[in-house]
Amino acid sequence: MSQTLRRGPVSGTAVGRGAKRKPFLLDFYSTAVGKKYVMAITGIIGIGFVVSHMIGNLKVYIGTVTEGGQEVYDIDIYGEFLRDILVPILPRTVFLWILRGVLIGAVLLHIHAAYGLTVMNRKARPVKYQSARDYEVANFASRTMRWTGIIVVLFILWHLADLTWGFANPDFVRGEVYRNLDASLSRIPVAILYIVANIALGIHLFHGTWSLFQSMGWNNPKFNQWRKALAAGVATIVVVGNVSFPIMTLAGVIEFDPDVTSVHELHEEASE
Amino acid sequence: MSEKLTYITLKIWRQGGPDQAGQFEHHVIDEISEEASFLEMLDILNEQLIEAGKEAVVFDHDCREGICGTCSLMIDGRAHGPEKGTATCQLHMRKFRSGDTITIEPWRASAFPIIKDLMVDRSPLDRIVEAGGYISAETGGAPDANLIPIPKPVADAAMDAAECIGCGACVAACPNGAANLFTGAKVTHLNLLPQGQAERYQRAEAMVETMDEYFGSCTNHGECEAACPKSISIDVIAVMNADYFKAKFKNRKKLSRT
Repeated sequence: MSQTLRRGPVSGTAVGRGAKRKPFLLDFYSTAVGKKYVMAITGIIGIGFVVSHMIGNLKVYIGTVTEGGQEVYDIDIYGEFLRDILVPILPRTVFLWILRGVLIGAVLLHIHAAYGLTVMNRKARPVKYQSARDYEVANFASRTMRWTGIIVVLFILWHLADLTWGFANPDFVRGEVYRNLDASLSRIPVAILYIVANIALGIHLFHGTWSLFQSMGWNNPKFNQWRKALAAGVATIVVVGNVSFPIMTLAGVIEFDPDVTSVHELHEEASE
Repeated sequence: MSEKLTYITLKIWRQGGPDQAGQFEHHVIDEISEEASFLEMLDILNEQLIEAGKEAVVFDHDCREGICGTCSLMIDGRAHGPEKGTATCQLHMRKFRSGDTITIEPWRASAFPIIKDLMVDRSPLDRIVEAGGYISAETGGAPDANLIPIPKPVADAAMDAAECIGCGACVAACPNGAANLFTGAKVTHLNLLPQGQAERYQRAEAMVETMDEYFGSCTNHGECEAACPKSISIDVIAVMNADYFKAKFKNRKKLSRT
């Protein structure tokens, strides 16, 4: 036959490949299957964060509590608590920054691996099918992972600007979570943005949660049938929880009352 | 009673060679029995073409009973056509209707360059098998059958994976052009059986890394399983991933002893 593929090196023969190997993690990360493990592990970190973030936010529905004889928003106390975790073993906010470091590292690795795999996949089929494909089982979620991922990243940047750094928020006071939340989500376009972004997040989570079991090789015929149900459950819980905040703000259930003592004043009084 | 289909239009990919530009060509078949297989229909088309003094369409085929893995073809956007769990050679014209336009395209992947028309070179799959799709057997007298006890569920699972005929439909159907189902089937087939244990982790590492040199990566769509003429489950991909991870540790440990 005139045309045969140029034969690549059979890196194969694993043991025979000699002792000269890259350091373990780099070696592992250099293959597609290794990158998928990284996608899965960083994805688990992300899912853990997203779920606990949503549950923490549910504290807005508790409203105010009485602390030291003063009325204070419960979620503001929770915000302070996050900065105080492991005090006095560690100085204030140090543990929070460790968590943030893990999270930022996970997000960056997740993006880097996704980029590397996407490049690889594009190269694997340089000439597309010239007729329409008829996909049988690939669903909307699995085919739009890259787009929902990009939407989520852009949304995270907006979300930080809005409620962490505060420059995209019309009435931002650092540490006053309830006030900032109400100020931001009372804007209808912003509320819509939050709803749309969270639906994208949910779609990403649905495929990601099921997919990580395959990538990590967690395959047990007894439990396999539950993987998609679990994925749907995680995605639904996160989306329903998160989407409730803009809707409830617009509905007036979440409404900031300026008479409530701010958590800063409370702390000042305590230190006096 | 065999019914006949009248008037079928074929939209078929023609390409002179690997580096030439290709295009779709339309051909009409006036009458075809619904008992004809899809490949017989192509044979009839080729006879028409030859009689008309034109060049016949080149396509891969061999056993025509679904066991050799030679036939390919993307039919109406699906690898091996609309019928589930069968190869193109097991597809029959009764699955189509008079007046249909059937689109036929070769499998597309950078690892599968087009040789001519609908025929592609699938030798990278052989490279993957060469890297570890074998077991070492001792020479000497033939051992008794059933000398090695294998639990029935293990034998069944290994046989399910061993059904792979290496046709490459998984690669063709995968939106990423990945060969994980093929490699997973080969790895699982041998790694589940006692005979495959000696080379288990070298196999997992070598086959996965050889696959990496040619193919895309798995994003768990599941299209491969749907296209597979043997309906091999994507569970084999999970088995391969798990063994690859373990192999990375075990092979290093082995290396450190040498």
